[in-house]
Amino acid sequence: MDLLGYQPDIWLPFVFASLMGVSILLYVILDGYDLGVGILTPLARSEAERDMMVASIGPFWDANETWLVLAIGLLLVAFPTAHGMILSTLYLPVFFLLLGLILRGVSFEFRVKARARYKRLWDRLFFAGSLMATFSQGFMLGLYVMGLEMNAVTLLFAVVCALSLTMGYAFIGATWLILKGETDLQRRAVAWAKECIWGLVVGIGAISLATPLVSPRIWERWFEFPTFIWLSPLPILSLALLALLWRSLAHLPAQGDRWAWAPFTAALGLFVLAFLGLGYSFYPYVVPERLTIWEAASAPESLIIILVGACFVVPSILGYTALAYWVFRGKAQGLRYD
Amino acid sequence: MMDTLILSRIQFAANISFHILFPTITIALGWFLLFFKLRFQWTGDFKWMEAYRFWVKVFALSFAMGVVSGITMSFQFGTNWPGFMETVGNIAGPLLAYEVMTAFFLEAVFIGIMLFGFSRVPGWLHTLATFLVAFGTTLSTFWIIVLNSWMHTPQGFEMIDGAAHATDWWAIVFNPSMPYRLGHMLLASGLTVAFLIAGVSAFRWLRGDRKESVRASMRAGLGFAALLIPLQIFAGDVHGLNTLEHQPQKVAAMEANWSDTNGHTPLVLFALPDENARENRFEIAIPSLASLILTHHADGAIPALDEFVAEDGTVLHPPVDKVFWSFRIMVGTGMAMLLVSWASVVLMMRRAPDGRRFHIDRLPRPLLFALVPMAFSGWVATLAGWYTTEIGRQPWLVQGVLDVSSAVADVPAPMVLSTLLGYLALYAALLFAYVSVIVYLAVKARHDAPLTSLTPASGAAMVDAIAREDRGLQPAE
Repeated sequence: MDLLGYQPDIWLPFVFASLMGVSILLYVILDGYDLGVGILTPLARSEAERDMMVASIGPFWDANETWLVLAIGLLLVAFPTAHGMILSTLYLPVFFLLLGLILRGVSFEFRVKARARYKRLWDRLFFAGSLMATFSQGFMLGLYVMGLEMNAVTLLFAVVCALSLTMGYAFIGATWLILKGETDLQRRAVAWAKECIWGLVVGIGAISLATPLVSPRIWERWFEFPTFIWLSPLPILSLALLALLWRSLAHLPAQGDRWAWAPFTAALGLFVLAFLGLGYSFYPYVVPERLTIWEAASAPESLIIILVGACFVVPSILGYTALAYWVFRGKAQGLRYD
Repeated sequence: MMDTLILSRIQFAANISFHILFPTITIALGWFLLFFKLRFQWTGDFKWMEAYRFWVKVFALSFAMGVVSGITMSFQFGTNWPGFMETVGNIAGPLLAYEVMTAFFLEAVFIGIMLFGFSRVPGWLHTLATFLVAFGTTLSTFWIIVLNSWMHTPQGFEMIDGAAHATDWWAIVFNPSMPYRLGHMLLASGLTVAFLIAGVSAFRWLRGDRKESVRASMRAGLGFAALLIPLQIFAGDVHGLNTLEHQPQKVAAMEANWSDTNGHTPLVLFALPDENARENRFEIAIPSLASLILTHHADGAIPALDEFVAEDGTVLHPPVDKVFWSFRIMVGTGMAMLLVSWASVVLMMRRAPDGRRFHIDRLPRPLLFALVPMAFSGWVATLAGWYTTEIGRQPWLVQGVLDVSSAVADVPAPMVLSTLLGYLALYAALLFAYVSVIVYLAVKARHDAPLTSLTPASGAAMVDAIAREDRGLQPAE
């Protein structure tokens, strides 16, 4: 079962690392916008507006979060040693991530099903859960970039990452609301996007600067001639997208809702580029500087079994996910069971 | 001071116990919803749609609770039990991956359409979404039960350098205890939901809610309960016989049989098993019955706990009191289910003055009062059953392959303890909120007008109303 002349124990871990990367990226984008909307909910001017914000993510959040389960699942099944090493190091942030995800997930339901006088409480928990989950993710990203070392500097950097990711998610959440919202909500979402975009810029900038400084290996990967030339589209495209974002935000909302899709699409592009950069920096390590994907991989015969299934199942997942986005296309409407 | 091992075990037990409560409801409630939906489509009777609309809320809430508590599980392997995946990851990995790929996405995507898509998609697509969600939850049960059963009765693998490698996937998936455990769990879910529906409907009835949908749900709940409980008793019996064959030490602990290997083993009804003295205190037993139940012969020999102590005194059987009592709680709850559901069905079969049968009115009030606490009896029985089988697997994590103590992560005990306390506090609060909301929904439903049409207020009208409210105007009439 050689592929392009490579043995299965060489190409399978690579394929699985890519699959895991795609899952993480999809998770960050998809749950990113719905966590972001959660973070923005306290800014709603009225209960109806908050309901509309929640309604814009209501039919999607559950499937969005499933990408996290797949990503963690792939880490678990394809790179079990790395799963243990990373998660037992990040024990506490993982705990807070889970706490946050639990709180916000159940608040979706409780806020509309519990007695009306408790709705505010569940709204606050929804916000708190969204914030806690996002902050923990940023914190973990920061520690991962720092090679999973714990000291004053790395913890400080992790906090910077946590704050940036919070702003980043709020930003992509705001662009989602520009796409799905109308009138006042849409106008306010444009203002939120303008305020939050700086967090994203600082975050991407900080990580881009820190990664090569932490590891000489990553420094060489980026700044050697001529690879430097091949990689230059990443920062250049990012800057172009930022410029496009800035311009489109200045002109939104436009007549007839034109260009409402632009900020979300551009934000999506920025996340993809940032992720590609991060992936390039760390490849082939799954635990930074300690464990490569080949050292951490499961047995080839088990990976093959999963891959065969994935070839059939993943296209259908993408298909019915597209169906759901098609069914709930257009502007968000109140969530109702009838 | 407790050590990391026991704290990690308690933490995993707490997480998985909390988690299983909700899939136990959603697995079967999905099929009940499909039943209500199809009944509505075939009869055109709005009571079925009304029942659907009530129970779909409970489903949505339970589903969310199940999803978020399930995410916790996928992290727990890494944070607390890295040795599990390092040793048997090649087997467990693909099974978990198939669960995520074939089941989780299916249910997570179609639940959006099932809950909020009623007025956006054609009727058949909504029914299909309901079916796919029910199918997804059941498929997820299949994969996770396959993995769990393999941990009890592992086969189809070889050990190379301390790690299990699959040699025969067919043997792994269809391992000896899988069909029994799967059947037992699916029936447990069916019974849990049947009693939940019957109990909540009895509660609504007692509070004066006389809607047709309450009658219909009550009849459906009681009918399925009465139908499923004998099947479950049979499934439990064959599962027990399967355990006797593959994990005799578990059966010895369930029966608290310390030393009796000569047949005519009595069935212990009550006892306080004493691990130190290796005997039962305050034992009340029926002669020969355990032999009769397990071997179907009065003089059949059943395994004894003393057979599972190594030469050097190492105990290779599970803790006896916990397994013994969990098993009795499960069986006792099952018997209560049998009694209540059959009594209800028999009483309902009596002809009413107007000549009709299956009237809720024929049920005496004490029975209705008994049904209310039975609403959550399925949870008690399911948890007790899982404790029996899982504690009964100790000291093994994977029977004969990996023991629990060599799989645990080296996390400081205070860290495990503090997160454990955090989880427990959160779970207690959420459980309280969950039950309160179900009670509240049941109370509130009384004031809803009976459903007579399917046309909802249009989306445009809603948006308009919200926009007006936003500008401080009164809602338009």
